[in-house]
Amino acid sequence: MIHRECGVLKTTYRADMALYPLPIARKTVAAIAILFALIVPLVLDQYYLSILNLIFIAIVGAIGLNILVGYTGQISVGHGAFMSVGAYTAANFAVRLGFPFWLSLPLGGLMAALVGAVVGIPSLRIKGLYLAIATLAAQFIIEWVINHFTWISGGVQASIEVPRPALFGHAIASQREMYFFLLVFVVVAIVAALNLMRSRIGRAFIAIRDQDIAAQIIGIDIFRYKLLAFAISSFYAGVTGVLYTYYLGIANYEQFQIGVSIDYLAMIIIGGLGSILGSILGAIFVTLLPIAIRWFMESFGSLLFSEAAVHNLIPNLRLILFGLLIIFFLVVEPEGLNRLWRNIRNYFRVWPFAY
Amino acid sequence: MFDWQFLVLLISNGVLLGLMYSLIALGFVLVYKATDAINFAQGEFVMIAGFVVAVTMAAYGAPWWLAAAVGLAGMIAFGFGLERVVLRPLIGRPTVAVIMATIGLAAILRGFGPLVWGAETRPLPLPISDEPITLGPLLIPPIQLLGAAVSLLFLAGFSWFFFKSRQGIAMRAVADDQQVAMAMGINVQRYFALAWGMAGVVSALGGIVWGNLLGVDVHLSLVGLKVFPVVILGGLDSIPGAVVGGLIIGVVENVAAGYLDPLVGGGTKDFAPYVLMIAALMFRPYGIFGKRIIERV
Repeated sequence: MIHRECGVLKTTYRADMALYPLPIARKTVAAIAILFALIVPLVLDQYYLSILNLIFIAIVGAIGLNILVGYTGQISVGHGAFMSVGAYTAANFAVRLGFPFWLSLPLGGLMAALVGAVVGIPSLRIKGLYLAIATLAAQFIIEWVINHFTWISGGVQASIEVPRPALFGHAIASQREMYFFLLVFVVVAIVAALNLMRSRIGRAFIAIRDQDIAAQIIGIDIFRYKLLAFAISSFYAGVTGVLYTYYLGIANYEQFQIGVSIDYLAMIIIGGLGSILGSILGAIFVTLLPIAIRWFMESFGSLLFSEAAVHNLIPNLRLILFGLLIIFFLVVEPEGLNRLWRNIRNYFRVWPFAY
Repeated sequence: MFDWQFLVLLISNGVLLGLMYSLIALGFVLVYKATDAINFAQGEFVMIAGFVVAVTMAAYGAPWWLAAAVGLAGMIAFGFGLERVVLRPLIGRPTVAVIMATIGLAAILRGFGPLVWGAETRPLPLPISDEPITLGPLLIPPIQLLGAAVSLLFLAGFSWFFFKSRQGIAMRAVADDQQVAMAMGINVQRYFALAWGMAGVVSALGGIVWGNLLGVDVHLSLVGLKVFPVVILGGLDSIPGAVVGGLIIGVVENVAAGYLDPLVGGGTKDFAPYVLMIAALMFRPYGIFGKRIIERV
């Protein structure tokens, strides 16, 4: 990912598919691991850790959506709803039956996977625009169901308070503890996705994306793999919802509305479709964007506008920048930040002797 | 005892509301028919048009017809500009790209409207009375009648345009096969721009009618969400489909809301159309009048 390389001559498929493309990659990964496991949590204070935590949650969701949209080529505008399915399932198990997080979290993910697979069934017959609209409908219907059935949503406010996740009797409460808690899930999510994509299943997904008829001809069961993509992707989404619920301490459907689905689509488009690194970069970018705008407007906005106007400005400015970025990346750099990163890397790979 | 009068009232209101939905859906269908592009920002178009008209009236004291003309001209220019800057570079790219581009556009417009013109709800007064017209057991608000009339007028106008006029036939040729159309000497890009301009016209009128009914603020863009059930039901590329789909959705949502809302506690209006749409997608994805060329996978 980040290392300099030259003279890459792979002679076997095994070498081409290896998780570490070069021996030095192990060292890079080890360095990143030390950075995030030791240095970052010791150096940064609560506020920056809370931002990192939000980024971690977004990374899990973005990788999940990228598996579906970027790798399998099926669009979903309903991922916010899948997250809410996971969130409410876990919250109900945690509150009513007193399940610990390591039980309610996979249950939330599995329930989201089930719902996602059901929503994915139409993908057998329809694609592109029609699938987008079908998943949009799923978003609204799931939102409505959660909002109107009090035995799911826990009362008038449609929100359930969940206890803090506990490990060996110790409640994970502070931002720093939450950081380690989420870091584990991010690492698992990244490694699982990387391995999935170099396995038989991952290659089947890519084949379906590139040319579905050809994929069927070479013996890929399209329906099965499409449903699998929906299920895996929704599982990630469900886990994201559960993590977010545990992070906030409350499950609320307002955290998972249509805007969230679009945020995650923006992440993978800005980051780069069909790339794990792209999902990570996109998640970082989209999570930081509103924070950066808020910081900028609070620092410099008062030079131009009144205090009240600034507060009106921030959310609108965020929407505008957000839309502009989506369109900019679609028109100018369809492969997103991942491509920009590769360009920079390739430039320095042979630097200073460019030819 | 079954209350017939209540049902008739619900249906008649649904018919008028449905025709007003058709007005917005027409903009969507026009673009899809000519350019194969999907406009997820149709509701935001309507909102922007409403803003332009309302602001022209309130801030500059323009009479309603002048404001409407400004809105119309503004939306046509907006449609042309949009096609040139955003949609043209995306020709030939996957559907997902176009969908996401219009979703991004929707975000921009939703931020832009309140940013420039303020977040408060603005009235959009028209020289028609608020008093509902009583017709036997029916109560009909004049604005809905106007909306329905405009919608039917557009149906007739566009039907004529697509089947009789030279431009309309050229546009159908472009929609059918761009390469062949090009070979026949049709300027494809010009007709793409024309389609977006026409969507601007429809959105401007939609903005005036809906803005008068609901008031102009960022929530006006939510009417755009009703477009999808309407066009899927009626057929994505069919102008009569937009009208029939609008009628069905309007009636179904009104009747469902009338009978189910007391049982489930509200929200049926936003929910029922989507259930109907899922059913349509399962059994007849090309809609009632749509062309049967949905790709099987």
